[in-house]
Amino acid sequence: MREIAVVAFAQTRHSATDQGQSEPELILPPLDEVREKTGLRKFGFTCSGSCDYLAGAPFSFVSALDALGAWPPISESHVEMDAAWALYEAWVRLQHGDVDSALVYGFGKSSQGDLREIMTLQLDPYYLAPLGLDQVSYAALQASAAKVDRARLDEIVRRSRADGRANPYALDLPDPGGDAFEVEPLRPYDIAPVTDGAAAVVLAAGDLARELCERPAWITGIAHRIEPHYLGMRDLARSASAAEAARAAGAGKGHVDVAELHTQFSHEEPILRQALELPESTVVNPSGGPLAANPVMATGLIRVGEAAQRILDGAASRTIGHASSGPCLQHNLVTVMEA
Amino acid sequence: MGNPCAVIGIGQTHYTTKRRDVSIAGLVREAALRALQDAGLTWKDIDAVVIGKAPDLFEGVMMPEAYLADALGAAGKPMMRVHTAGSVGGSTALVGASLIQGGVHDRVLVVAFEKQSESNATWALSTHLPFSASLVVGAGGYFAPHIREYIRRSGAPEHIGHLVAVKDRRNALKNPYAHLRIPGIDRKMVESTPMLWEPIRYLDTCPSSDGACAMVLAAGDKLTGSTPAWVLGTAMRSEPIFRAGRDTVNPQGGKDCAADVYRQAGITDPRREIDVAEVYVPFSWYEPMWLENLGFAAEGEGWKLTESGATALDGDIPWNASGGVLSSNPIGASGLIRFAEAALQVRGMAGEHQVDGARRALGHAYGGGAQFFAMWMVGSDRP
Repeated sequence: MREIAVVAFAQTRHSATDQGQSEPELILPPLDEVREKTGLRKFGFTCSGSCDYLAGAPFSFVSALDALGAWPPISESHVEMDAAWALYEAWVRLQHGDVDSALVYGFGKSSQGDLREIMTLQLDPYYLAPLGLDQVSYAALQASAAKVDRARLDEIVRRSRADGRANPYALDLPDPGGDAFEVEPLRPYDIAPVTDGAAAVVLAAGDLARELCERPAWITGIAHRIEPHYLGMRDLARSASAAEAARAAGAGKGHVDVAELHTQFSHEEPILRQALELPESTVVNPSGGPLAANPVMATGLIRVGEAAQRILDGAASRTIGHASSGPCLQHNLVTVMEA
Repeated sequence: MGNPCAVIGIGQTHYTTKRRDVSIAGLVREAALRALQDAGLTWKDIDAVVIGKAPDLFEGVMMPEAYLADALGAAGKPMMRVHTAGSVGGSTALVGASLIQGGVHDRVLVVAFEKQSESNATWALSTHLPFSASLVVGAGGYFAPHIREYIRRSGAPEHIGHLVAVKDRRNALKNPYAHLRIPGIDRKMVESTPMLWEPIRYLDTCPSSDGACAMVLAAGDKLTGSTPAWVLGTAMRSEPIFRAGRDTVNPQGGKDCAADVYRQAGITDPRREIDVAEVYVPFSWYEPMWLENLGFAAEGEGWKLTESGATALDGDIPWNASGGVLSSNPIGASGLIRFAEAALQVRGMAGEHQVDGARRALGHAYGGGAQFFAMWMVGSDRP
């Protein structure tokens, strides 16, 4: 495959509450930042990820084109998925060989609605959605199946929130505490916080990547897999699709220094660690991860961006960015990057 | 353009107002199975699935790829969901083709659908983001002013739209999958229907349809089935909806997208070198408008081509031989149907609405505020 690298990453200073910004206002600063970092004003391909249901209106991605300043008209596409899949589409497009750069972005304002209820609408509309099973309840089913002990979950949240406080882009959340359950066995702090935010990544091929940055984060493998939708069809204690995506992306071909995992619930970390066969020496979610900032639809792209940034900074030489979609980790994408 | 890619299987459902006999999963699976059958393949031969549809609000199912993974045999495979407004069906085909052109996969199933009967698209389209008041109702309310501006600029007589409304519905009578079948349709009938959005009358608009369309795309060395349709050129273009000075009647994005596809396919004179075009015409007047935008006629002259009968099935450049969007409109699938019908023509498999000897065909879709464009050129000869 053609050599493609992440050469720039930027994100908003994510917010737990609505700051009165529209989606184009949210996305503009990260777009400006990656343009400045790369010096590129035009890109061979542009792709984004967002979700209409967060805005409660169709075509929420249309106004983002105004933030892009898409003039003259650009070669552009959009996935109604986390923007990590937009990055995948852009990586595929760069494989054609006729264009050398791509701009990828994602955004979400989950403060505008009730995410927990909205996510119910992604279930089978005839047999599951009418039951009203909300996002936290089905995650709790998975947490029960995974049988992770409480002390370990608490430690994951404590570590994530501490790392988040050290990350200027993540939320400042206190150490976890309290005995109440949100939906047993999940406590309120096991759940990724409601967050507004956006992120942008620039991909470049071969020589252009080397020209644009000193230490490109080369994508040596990227793959994704989906599983059956129905929870009863899966072993919820494991993530077969994450394991298969990791194998296809060649995750196990070398030591993983850092893995940024799309864990929207604390119990997903041990499930994904196992699926990706990450050793104890792999640092997971040094950014704080989604448990410290979860701008839905950008969260997965931020995992790729954060993992790439460790390479761009020289802090790591081989990292993984992971993204997930669908109820109980139904769909998983693994990106392996190397210096 | 990357590795060679061809269409080797096509499946459509019979488009209709309400498919009460199937769920959304049943609908998409019906189209997918027909495409697999056409290609002589089974689910296990497919490497990846790409699904497209218009806004999730249309059926009230958010990110439906999660729910539809099982029905489309995607479990254990990569699956993607494309959404680029009305152009989405076309974009879905292009994302699928890209996976092959990029050398990532050998065989990709692309599917697009809409089950309009499970919702109300006009009202789903009339909800706007906070702080941007909705001044129009539905797509017709949005596009009617653009059509009036086209008429003002070109001086086109007012019956031109009705000619397209009649022509496309006559073509639909030859397409077994078409939704609207109006035997004996003529100008008088169109003119007698109610005015919805001046100058768009009831029969100048597309119907609301339930339906799905699927295609199997394959790498050049992985062909099965009968005759392939080779992908000769692909392009997408987008432009902002609110740019001052943007020409919404003859958008630059459409011109650039067509120019890109023509360059890849080696087309310099579309009117003469393209044998048949399946173009996204949801309101009758968009035929003359897109004839100009896509370079089949000079600016201001598109309506004359329509009036002369050149775009009829027996004309020198048939447009929408299948009956087009005016005859079948499962919104999210409408673009993919254009792309699929173009492929059927160059495969010689279009049945009664086959254009004799079609060797090069254009598939076109547009969406948003006439700002998203997806196009491909397919041909009978390997590039």
